[in-house]
Amino acid sequence: MNDIHNQRRSFLKTSLGVAAVAIAPGLLLFDVAHGKSEAVSAKVRWGMLIDTGNCADGCNDCVTACNKENGLSGGLSPTDSQWIRKIEIKDISAGRAVSLPMMCQHCEHPPCVDVCPTGASFKRADGIVLVDKHLCIGCRYCMMACPYKARSFVHEPLHDQNPDVPRGRGTVESCTLCVHRIDQGKQPACAEACPNKSILFGNLNDPTSEIAMKIRTVASTQVRSDLGLNPGIRYQGL
Amino acid sequence: MSIPSSSQLKYASLQLKNRLFYLLLAAGGLVIMAGLYAVHMMEEHGHIISGMNNQIVWGIPHVFAIFLIVAASGVLNVASIGSVFGKAIYKARAPLAGLLSIAMLAGGLTVLMLDLGRPDRIIVAATNFNITSVFAWNIVLYSGMFSLVAVYLWTMMEQRMNVWTKPAGFAVFAWRFILTTGTGLIFAFLTARQAYGSAMLPPMFIILSFAWGMAVFHLVQTSIYVWNDKVLEPAILQRKKNLLGIFVIASMYMVATYHFTNLYFANKIGFEYFILRDGGLYPNLFWWGYVVLGNMLPLLLIFLPGLGKTKCVMVASFAVVLGAMVFLYVFIIGGQAYPLSIFPGYQVSSSFGDGQIASYHPSLYEFLLGFAGLAIAFIITTVSVRVLNFMPHDKPYIAD
Repeated sequence: MNDIHNQRRSFLKTSLGVAAVAIAPGLLLFDVAHGKSEAVSAKVRWGMLIDTGNCADGCNDCVTACNKENGLSGGLSPTDSQWIRKIEIKDISAGRAVSLPMMCQHCEHPPCVDVCPTGASFKRADGIVLVDKHLCIGCRYCMMACPYKARSFVHEPLHDQNPDVPRGRGTVESCTLCVHRIDQGKQPACAEACPNKSILFGNLNDPTSEIAMKIRTVASTQVRSDLGLNPGIRYQGL
Repeated sequence: MSIPSSSQLKYASLQLKNRLFYLLLAAGGLVIMAGLYAVHMMEEHGHIISGMNNQIVWGIPHVFAIFLIVAASGVLNVASIGSVFGKAIYKARAPLAGLLSIAMLAGGLTVLMLDLGRPDRIIVAATNFNITSVFAWNIVLYSGMFSLVAVYLWTMMEQRMNVWTKPAGFAVFAWRFILTTGTGLIFAFLTARQAYGSAMLPPMFIILSFAWGMAVFHLVQTSIYVWNDKVLEPAILQRKKNLLGIFVIASMYMVATYHFTNLYFANKIGFEYFILRDGGLYPNLFWWGYVVLGNMLPLLLIFLPGLGKTKCVMVASFAVVLGAMVFLYVFIIGGQAYPLSIFPGYQVSSSFGDGQIASYHPSLYEFLLGFAGLAIAFIITTVSVRVLNFMPHDKPYIAD
């Protein structure tokens, strides 16, 4: 009888030990990854207001910062990933030229999420559109569907990745709005790097936020607003 | 030297055919192996070794895959006319049509699957299902089509199941319409691209499937008859070639309507000028490859007095198939090459190809993968036709 008790006791002890060893790294890694225990909420909608009047022609600081932050090569060949790019536009009739950064517009109704067969493309409750690298099968349908050509496909094996920004060969990726920084209470790298402070980042849903107040006072537009996607990125001076 | 008797000759010809059969199998197998090599290379090095890039995201593999899938649906026309509308000469050909459908579907889906960035994750496509994605619907439509056609073949080839042929035929008839609608919707749902985003596309793909499927059927049927030293009865050839001709005319009508509606929408005129007139390679392929080779030539071969014999129909069918490939190249690659209109009314330039015609140089690996899809369909057909009875058996008197 006693023997059985002892056996049971040692079995329970071992089980407890094994469970602790199994769970501990997870808890530690959660900490290392700066994980937050509370889920993101739809009360927040992250967005940007980009002042094209201030955006200097030839300045590429936002692109460089993005590449550095997210571990992108910065290559410009058609097979290289470009999460953010500078576009020069010129009004054909008026001749006025404007330079602006273009990236994932973090739509409220993202076509990439609609068409993704596996649900790898998804929108977080706070409006950030992301790709789950574990679910993406690399069909590239989202790239066909995106009206802003914001997505890139990883054509080559990757080396020396930033641990905060996992990427994967054979999957599709795009601007994450620096979600890893946002979750730490920081700004996206591009917004921080802009020398002219042309990129204003904030919570569109908070009426007292700087971005919400500015959107109420200045004229801003959403690119291809005719498509009715309600992007979270807005442009001033277009 | 003695003269060989007729039975000796027959035996020699049988032996020759036996050898030829294995030679064909070996050739098909070799093409499949080459395709698998291409897949291995793409797995090893990534899609960088293909000609596809961030502007042209779908390339040659998709041209082959979509051709096979669309033709797989269209070839069932022959079966439907037999089982649903009760025409005897088509009924005799329904098993062959069903077989071709399964074979081409298998080939097309293999290409599509192996071109994925992560083909190893194909199971994810089955376990994680996004209800709003037409791609996800298509996964259901394709697997359903496989099963339905397999059941349909069973009801036709197993005598005790013959009573179920009609309902199975009806189910296949309905399913393939939905399936090709799904294929068309893949492009029809791309609202932001000038080349696509049109409700014309699903019906257009259905009509195109009729012509492409019929052409493939002619090619295979003629080969089987030649193999078995038989001649297709001229009356049957006459009816089937006329049907092919009508399908070719109908598909030209649909393609013309698609371009005309685009030409009427001011925001799509630029794209139409590109694809029909100014786009260099693409207009040339469209007019010479699709319109002249894929439509005009077959129509002449079918309907010109004095033509329309077995050889003419064979060449016409081959031209329809080639025209189909050219059409898909222009539709898929040309449609992506034309720049997305992100800022309408503005002149645009960037480091990411904005405002520029995208360039695409398909690599050998893409062709190897595409041809492997054709080879899979070829092997399935060749082996099945040899081991099972798919040769059409016409009754001596054709009632309808």
